[in-house]
Amino acid sequence: MTAPLLRPKRKNPVLRTRLPTLPPAIRSRVALGLTAAAARGSFELQVCRDCATVQYPPREACCACLSDRLDWRVQNGAGELISETLLRHSQELFFRERVPWRLGMVRLDCGPTVIAYLHGDCPAAPARMRIRACLDRAGQAVLVALPEKETPNMADDRQLREMTCDPKFRKVLVTDGKTAAGQAVVEAVAAAGADLIWVGHAEPWKKLPGFDRLKAIPQVALLPLDVTNSRSVKEIAGEIGGRVDILINTADHHRNFGIASRHGVETARAEMETNYLALLRLAQEFAPAMRARGADGQSSAVAWVNLLSIFALSNFPPHGTYSASKAAALSLAQCLRAEMRASGVRVVNVFPGPIDDEWNQQLLPPKLAPAALAAAIVKALQDGIEDVYPGDVAQEWLARWRDNPKALERELAAGAG
Amino acid sequence: MSAETLLQLVNAFAAGRIRVVDLTQTLSPDFPQIVLPPEMGQCWPFRIEEVSRYDERGPAWYWNNFSCGEHTGTHFDAPIHWISGKDLPNNSTDTIPVENFIAAACVIDCSQESAADPDFLLTVDFIRDWEKRHGPIPRRSWVLMRTDWSKRTDPIAFQNFDETGQHTPGPDADAVKFLVNDRDVLGFGSEAIGTDAGQAYHLRPPYPCHYYMHGAGRYGLQCLANLDLLPPTGSVIICPPLKIKQGSGSPLRVLGLVPGG
Ligand SMILES: [Zn+2]
Repeated sequence: MTAPLLRPKRKNPVLRTRLPTLPPAIRSRVALGLTAAAARGSFELQVCRDCATVQYPPREACCACLSDRLDWRVQNGAGELISETLLRHSQELFFRERVPWRLGMVRLDCGPTVIAYLHGDCPAAPARMRIRACLDRAGQAVLVALPEKETPNMADDRQLREMTCDPKFRKVLVTDGKTAAGQAVVEAVAAAGADLIWVGHAEPWKKLPGFDRLKAIPQVALLPLDVTNSRSVKEIAGEIGGRVDILINTADHHRNFGIASRHGVETARAEMETNYLALLRLAQEFAPAMRARGADGQSSAVAWVNLLSIFALSNFPPHGTYSASKAAALSLAQCLRAEMRASGVRVVNVFPGPIDDEWNQQLLPPKLAPAALAAAIVKALQDGIEDVYPGDVAQEWLARWRDNPKALERELAAGAG
Repeated sequence: MSAETLLQLVNAFAAGRIRVVDLTQTLSPDFPQIVLPPEMGQCWPFRIEEVSRYDERGPAWYWNNFSCGEHTGTHFDAPIHWISGKDLPNNSTDTIPVENFIAAACVIDCSQESAADPDFLLTVDFIRDWEKRHGPIPRRSWVLMRTDWSKRTDPIAFQNFDETGQHTPGPDADAVKFLVNDRDVLGFGSEAIGTDAGQAYHLRPPYPCHYYMHGAGRYGLQCLANLDLLPPTGSVIICPPLKIKQGSGSPLRVLGLVPGG
C-alpha cells in the first residue's frame, strides 16, 4: 500500500537545488499518436481498418496484414500483468536518479503486450491491471500499469508522481481570484490540499460578489497582482516567483462582440491585453524561476495552467474578438510549453465551452459551472493531462474540430454553435 | 505690461516670493481609473512598458512607452468631452485659447463636510457663505473644491465604492448653474476621480458639472492634489493639457502659484 504523502520538511538552504533531468524524449512521428491521446487523458492504440488488429508499439503499417489504414482508437487498458522487473541501473540521468524503478509486461485484453511502469500497489504477476497512457516529464506518452481497483493514497506513488502535478502540499498562484472561475479554482485547489494559495486581487476597489468568501480559506493570501500592469507582474514575481509550484492563469477578459457589433478596437485591445499580453508578461516574469525549480524536491515547480477557451480552436463569431484573443493565447502557450519542456514543468491548456457567468448570459445551456471547470483543472493536474476540454460543449466542439475544422467553421458562421 | 513685469515675476520665483505648488497626482499604474459599467467602453488606466534600460535593447539609454486614456490621472476636461459641448467652437485640447490655461483660482474648503459625508454636495448656499468670507468669485477664474480626497492614498478609500456605486463629493446641479451663469467661472476642479460627485448619475441632469460646465464651454480639472496648500483666493493655476488633435482632455501637470513669505 502506498504510504501517504507527508508535508515536506522545509528545504535545507545550504544544499544545491537539483537541476531537472528528463526521461528519453525521442519519439517517431507515428509514436506521437500515443502522446497526442495521452495529452487529452486518453489511451489510444492503432487499430487496423482492414484486419482489426490492435497494435503496439505504433508503426507505419499493420503488423498483421501490412495495411497502412490505421486509426487511433480509444482502448480501455484492461490487461494481465505477466512479468515484472526492477530497473536498478541506467545510463539515463533521469532513471539513474530514480532507481529502483518498477517495470512490467502487460498483455492487453485487446491484443498486444506492452511494457509499462508498474505502480507500487500492483500485485505480483499474474494479476489484472489497467494501463493508462501518461505524459512523463519530457511531455511524451509512457504507459503506466495501475492496480485494477483504487488503492488508498494511490496518487502518492513515487513513480506515478513523476507523471502528475498534484497540488497537494504545493504552493499555487491563481492570477485572478475575482472572476467566478477564479474563485472556484481557488476553492478547488484548497480542497485538493494546496499548502498556500496566492490569489491575484486587481482593482481592489471593485467589490465583486463571492470574493469575500476566499478570505475565509486559511491557505489563501491575497496579492495586488494586476496582469495588465507589467510593473505589478514584475513586483509580485520578485516577491513570490521563486516559490510558486503551480501557476494557474485565470485572468480573462470576455466581451460579446464580433467585428460589426462593436465600433473601434478598445474592447478587442482590452481582451488582447488580459488574454494574450498578460500571459506573455506572466511567462517572462514567473517562468524563469519555475524552470529552475523543476526538480526542487517533493514540492517542485510542476505546472503552469492557462485558462483558454474552446473558441481558441475556431472562431465563435458572436464572441469574435474574444475568440481571436484566445487563439493568440493558445499560440503563445505552445511557445511557453516548448520553452518549459527542458524543466519538466508542464503547461496545461484548458479549453472550456461557455462558462455559466454573466458574459455568457444569453447563450443557451449547457454551460459549464465554474465549480465543474475548477474540478476539471484539479483533476488534470492530478492525472497529468496537458490539454483539457471540460464539459459537454467543449467535448462536442473538439470532436467536430478534429473531424473537420472547415466544417466547424462553416457551422459556427451559420450560427450553429 | 512690460518686460519689467515679467522680470519681476521671474525674480519673485527666484526669491521665493511666489511659491509653486504641485497640484498633480503621480502618473502610476497603481492610481485608479474611472470605473464605468463593464459592458461600456473603458478609459485606459496608466500603463508603462520599458523600451530599454541600458541593455541589449538599447545599451546606453533608459526609456519607456506609456499608455493611458485622455481622462487618466490628474487630467483636464475640454468642452467636447460632453455631448452638451460637442458643437461649441474651440472646444478641444488643440483649439482652446492658450491664455485660458493660466488663471486665478478660488478654493472652497469642503474637507470637513466631505469627511463627514462622502456624498457631500456643494450647494449655492455653501458658495454664497464662502463668498461672505472671501468676496465674490471673480469671473473667468477656476473654482476648486477642496475635499482632501487626494489624501486618501489607499485606492479603495479613494474610489470608495459600495454596491450602489461610488461615493465621492461634488457639486449639485444648481451650484454648477450658479457658477456658470452668475459667476462666469472658467472651470471647476476637484480632487476625486471626476468633477461630478460619485452618485451624480442620479442627479438631474445626470453629471451636472459635466453637462453645464462643458455645455457653456468651460473646463474641468480632476484628481487634483494639494489643494490644502492653496489660499482661498489669490492663487494662480497653470494647467495646459497636451495638444491632442480633437482631444477631449488630457493628463497634465497642474501648478499652483501662491504668494510666498
Ligand atoms: Zn491489418
